[in-house]
Amino acid sequence: MATTKKYWKSTAQLDESNEMVKNLEQNEFASPIPSDEFLGNDQAMEGSNTSRRDFLKYVGFSTAAASLAACEGPVIYSVPYVNQPEQIIPGMANYYATTIANGYDFASVLVKTREGRPIKIESNRDAAFRGHANARVHASVLSLYDNNRLKTPMVNGAESTWEELDNQVSAKLNQLNGKELVVLARTYSSPSMTSIISQLKDKYSNVRVVTYDTVSEDASLDAFEAKYGVRALADYDFTKAATIVSIGADFVGDWQGGGFDKGYAHSRVPNNGKMSHHIQYEANMTLSGANADKRYPVTPTEQKHILAALYSKIVGGSSSVALSDKISKSVEQTAISLKRAGSKGVLLCGIPDRDAQQLTIAINNALSSSIVDTNAPIMTRQGDRKAVESLIKDMNAGNVGAIFIAGVDPVYSYSESDAFAKALSKVALKVSFASSMNATAAKCDYVATVPHFLESWGDTEIKKGHVFLTQPTIKPIFDTRQVEETLLKWSGSNTSYKDVLKEIVISAGSNWNKSLQDGFYKSSGVVFSDDSSNVEQSKVISNASALSSLANAKKESGFELTLYTKTGLGDGSMANNPWLQELPDPITRTTWDNYVTISQADAETLGVVNENVANGALDGSYVTVSLSGVERKLPALIQPGQAVGTIGIALGYGQTAAIQEEMQTGVNAYPFYKDGISVQTVTVKDAGDTHEFACTQLQNTMMGRDIIRETDLATYISGHKDEFNPMPEVSLNHIETPVTSPDVDLWASFDRSTGHHFNMSIDLNACTGCGACVVACHAENNVPVVGKSEVRKSRDMHWLRIDRYYSSTDSFEDDEAKKDGFDGLGLFSDNGSLAGFGELEIPADNPQVAFQPVMCQHCNHAPCETVCPVAASSHGRQGQNHMAYNRCVGTRYCANNCPYKVRRFNWFLYNGNDEFDYHMNNDLGRMVINPDVTVRSRGVMEKCSLCIQMTQMTILEAKKDGRMIKDGEFATACSNACSNGAITFGDINDKESEIFKVKKQDRMYHLLEEVGTEPNVMYQVKVRNI
Amino acid sequence: MINRKLHFSAWQFLLAFVFVLLNSLSVQGQEAATIDGEPAVPVEASSSGDAALGEALFKANCASCHKLYKKAVGPALFQVSQKYEREWLYKWIKNSAKLIASGDAQAVAIYNEYGQQNMNSFEQLSNLDIDNILAYTDTEKPVPTAAIAGSENVAVSGTVDMSMTNNIILGALAIVLLLLVVLLIVVNKTLKRFAEANGIQTEFDEEEGEQRTPIWKAFVQNQFLVLVSAIFLLLASAYFAYGALMSVGVDQGYAPVQPIHYSHRIHAGASQIDCNYCHSSARESKHSGIPSLNVCMNCHKSIGEVAESTYQEGMDEYGIDYNKEIQKLYAATGWDSDEQKFVGEEKPVRWVRIHNLPDLAYFNHAQHVTAGNIACQTCHGPVEEMEIMYQYSPLTMGWCINCHRETNVDLQGNGYYEKIHKELSEARGGRQLTIADLGGLECGKCHY
Repeated sequence: MATTKKYWKSTAQLDESNEMVKNLEQNEFASPIPSDEFLGNDQAMEGSNTSRRDFLKYVGFSTAAASLAACEGPVIYSVPYVNQPEQIIPGMANYYATTIANGYDFASVLVKTREGRPIKIESNRDAAFRGHANARVHASVLSLYDNNRLKTPMVNGAESTWEELDNQVSAKLNQLNGKELVVLARTYSSPSMTSIISQLKDKYSNVRVVTYDTVSEDASLDAFEAKYGVRALADYDFTKAATIVSIGADFVGDWQGGGFDKGYAHSRVPNNGKMSHHIQYEANMTLSGANADKRYPVTPTEQKHILAALYSKIVGGSSSVALSDKISKSVEQTAISLKRAGSKGVLLCGIPDRDAQQLTIAINNALSSSIVDTNAPIMTRQGDRKAVESLIKDMNAGNVGAIFIAGVDPVYSYSESDAFAKALSKVALKVSFASSMNATAAKCDYVATVPHFLESWGDTEIKKGHVFLTQPTIKPIFDTRQVEETLLKWSGSNTSYKDVLKEIVISAGSNWNKSLQDGFYKSSGVVFSDDSSNVEQSKVISNASALSSLANAKKESGFELTLYTKTGLGDGSMANNPWLQELPDPITRTTWDNYVTISQADAETLGVVNENVANGALDGSYVTVSLSGVERKLPALIQPGQAVGTIGIALGYGQTAAIQEEMQTGVNAYPFYKDGISVQTVTVKDAGDTHEFACTQLQNTMMGRDIIRETDLATYISGHKDEFNPMPEVSLNHIETPVTSPDVDLWASFDRSTGHHFNMSIDLNACTGCGACVVACHAENNVPVVGKSEVRKSRDMHWLRIDRYYSSTDSFEDDEAKKDGFDGLGLFSDNGSLAGFGELEIPADNPQVAFQPVMCQHCNHAPCETVCPVAASSHGRQGQNHMAYNRCVGTRYCANNCPYKVRRFNWFLYNGNDEFDYHMNNDLGRMVINPDVTVRSRGVMEKCSLCIQMTQMTILEAKKDGRMIKDGEFATACSNACSNGAITFGDINDKESEIFKVKKQDRMYHLLEEVGTEPNVMYQVKVRNI
Repeated sequence: MINRKLHFSAWQFLLAFVFVLLNSLSVQGQEAATIDGEPAVPVEASSSGDAALGEALFKANCASCHKLYKKAVGPALFQVSQKYEREWLYKWIKNSAKLIASGDAQAVAIYNEYGQQNMNSFEQLSNLDIDNILAYTDTEKPVPTAAIAGSENVAVSGTVDMSMTNNIILGALAIVLLLLVVLLIVVNKTLKRFAEANGIQTEFDEEEGEQRTPIWKAFVQNQFLVLVSAIFLLLASAYFAYGALMSVGVDQGYAPVQPIHYSHRIHAGASQIDCNYCHSSARESKHSGIPSLNVCMNCHKSIGEVAESTYQEGMDEYGIDYNKEIQKLYAATGWDSDEQKFVGEEKPVRWVRIHNLPDLAYFNHAQHVTAGNIACQTCHGPVEEMEIMYQYSPLTMGWCINCHRETNVDLQGNGYYEKIHKELSEARGGRQLTIADLGGLECGKCHY
């Protein structure tokens, strides 16, 4: 394909008068290599006493010496313990229950340690709440081995000792002279921290605690507090939900701390012909929107109107809002659906507006929704933006004598960060409790360096009445001390923090050891009751006035920006984590970036373009986004499903302090996060230039192909399998025969009836696309990080990818109908296939979205195995397709022949290579490597092994005990990571097993069944409740 | 005739020489044995007990905590009968706790001196038994008899003797060879003389010699022969080159010098300690585990010195001072044998790893030891005879695979295998199963 497009590498190239550029175009080097100078000097050449023969002798000798030296094997040393800890057996993993609580993610987890070194995070399935780890929590183990962590306490920017720090800070604390000591902290929700703070208050009378959430939930907190008297958030259990309506709330993602996806996924799997109905109104395309049965792209202002209309229809009260016909019809249907569901219906609202949140509570109460739990609310967000604002005022006024900043980085994450930094500089004693020299720590006199959560003690009341314990799984790697310990010391206590913690657990009537082993205990303390007596009446607003303010909300001119957090980076506290940077966004499939998401219509108006260059990579224009003096230049990515007139930007990017250069990606969007409100009205302009994205999938559609099978609930209930899940057929002697029939099989089948035969099933209904499995696979299988430029070249190494498909029309079914309507004869006619397929490539304005995790399908008739010239790929009796890395010579025939494109080639050596300066390039980062899995070298093909190291270990444990293996014992990294129950793994030869039952389901199909590869991975047809 | 006689006499001479040599060697050996093996004669003390019976009782009851001439967990017991009254000793040995509780000043003093550790009670010992033990504890420390003859000389001459006899044999062989050569020349000359005397022409005419082609020229002219030998040479060199290349990276016989000389021969052989006692993780884990030093100290807390005979053996046979090696262990663990306490700094030992599988191969000890019931010696060889541990097996993939092909699996009594064994042996016509039948040849079982 010829192109006249001009590509340039730098802007200097565009300047035709630039001599240097011209010069470089003609010569490879700017100045000639001075070979003449060297060779032309006869005198110098003759003066040398090295003759040509001597030179050859030297070369010969050194070659011979080098090869001789290579013959000698290296001496390998082994250093055993002097005193081996009793519970450690070298080569065996130990698991400990602990809790991550970093202000953004709160979850109870199991930590796998090998020889005392944490290497993987797993979900704690024993925990009733928040016992499942998302992608960030899975990746947090790598942050433990972060080279950019501070290694000692810091005094005035220089490395120091704890003694020095304690002395200096204590001396200054004694000179407060009645000035205030402020503790600016993340949400701790920790009984022990509360007790420590009260001790601090005893010692220094004038102490104030200001809670600051980086990603604020103030609107919901205020509304909840006004209604129930507690600064907390309602909990939702979607397991039994019949109708779920969400207005702007990405509850499948990280809305209000996330963790709702487990119950949601459960309600989405058709059970006895019933599944939940999910309606989503939103501006950005979110995970929730992608999973919804009906999705309506609407602007944030329209969302307010919709909520007002819904309130009128369900609770009552008059409001006149102007909605488009389509939307008002949908609101009517939504109201009917909610009312019909009654207590099994629920409304969620992500509008960052107190009135909206109050009406949501009222609607749910009117439905008497059993999905909402206000008796035991979630305690993990308690931030108060107004308190932070008044703190800044107080700091400026000089009322604050000392400030302790713990677990937050306001100089980076506060919207008016300059104002904050300026106010901070007026405080005499500034102590930061940080693990790295982040933007705030750099502005403080002292950094009391804190350890990673895997090195810490702690307790967190995630849900009222449920306290989760954090215990160290490794001795602190660096000279660090946790906040609680330091504060105890400074308040003059000699007790260790562990003892404080122990006392609290025991006084709550729980057994210390049992609680530690479980990772949680139930606090027998005051159980929260729905009691309005402790509500401050001053905070209460009437529903009627809330309704009228919502209904009268006016759209201002400009674009409505909705700020969101990405699955990978979240609030940005783990930005220095290469696993998260490289985790593709579930929707845009973009890595290593944030950007402006914009609708196709707006892009055309602004002149913004996205195009794929020759190697398939995506380029996009830059736009300038400005909001009252803040102006940022970001790349724009055209997002199908983005509401017209809105844009979205992800928070958490653009950090530079204490972040490795490779990880300094994207643009900081926190300056747009005024007052902690995620919806702002901004102006957007085209800024020219081209940005290079690194996407792992093109922004295309499924083009009516039979990759993801979909049906609607009605067809699924009433229809036969042939209707919604037909078996592909081929013609044998002019008779249509199913492709699985042995008559049309070219291959001889092996007997796999003895021993184990592993199968995996992926339920497309339960998969929300959260990406936890991708990171878990990274950690378990030592998958390397390749970096942005390599991802752009489609050289990403993820063994497991989650494909995202859009539909070209409003739904996938319409796509198929459109494809069937093509005129087979006329290629170029109006209804011709050429133009038709071209159209099918373009996603709709509001497409349907589907996710499909794809890993090696472990075909029984694997096309990759037959083409390997060195038999590096072979089949095992247990159904796994084996890959012997040491046999592989890198012909890549197998990848060529794989219909699923799941094989990954090591283009380079990714460990110990300066070109790939990620975790595998330093000794600390390499501590995370799983010792049971080979670290692959360059020139080798690799792929999913169905975690053969895990299945083999399960088998060995059974052999050691001399017993049969129970169903559920076999697992892979991804099936363990999937708390949604989308991935089922097991032994198909065990007729009692779950996987055996799942394989018999009507919804079961194999990917590209018609190819005849007989995969051992199967999928379950996605059913939509339309 | 003369020559024949001469030949005969030379042969006889050689035989006689070798005979004498061997005789002298064996005599030397016998002498050495009697010197080494001479039992140390205990010097009878003034007590009435039987020291020989006492020794047996001492070793059975007391030796784990007491030594004769050196402090261990408890005090050194040499001449303890002279330090304390006998009646008091009876009471103490039978039940020291009671004695301490009664407030006996002497008892309390000892109790406090040894860190308030209670000595076990030995109510089962009669007074006579105790007399016997005390008789044994009064035994003087035997001065090594060899020392009388100059212990240094014996130790050194032992090794010198060995190399000397070797040299003598080699020298004798060289002389015999030389004699044979001389003999041949003499025979040749004599025969020639006989021939000349009988008028037989021995030298060829010079003309005839010119016509004869030298053998190398004949070889070169015979193209077939050249071709065959070239092929042979090429094949032979290819064979050797292949052998040489295939042995690259195969470290069979690798026996590196370790930071502490540890004798498997003594521990696993003479003392019959089970392999799994020290390499305990072999039952559980993929690693057999190099034992941590606290495992060594389980025994070596009370074994600070080896037995005299073992010591001599070490010096004589291997030139190793075992006691010094034990001191190295103490240095590493920070054990103070006088104070009987861990005081010093811990210094982990950097052992040289002998068995090195490449990272690309996964091997699990537990699979073979616990599930497979394979004896350690199957792969590691006669460890109980190894003074210096070495790699016994080649540890190549071919070696693994061969064993997986040939070894019948021991599936009896393991619940895991019951079903699969039944199904598989039905499929295989009832014959014994090998690992290969269970999928033990699949790439992915060891490479992932």
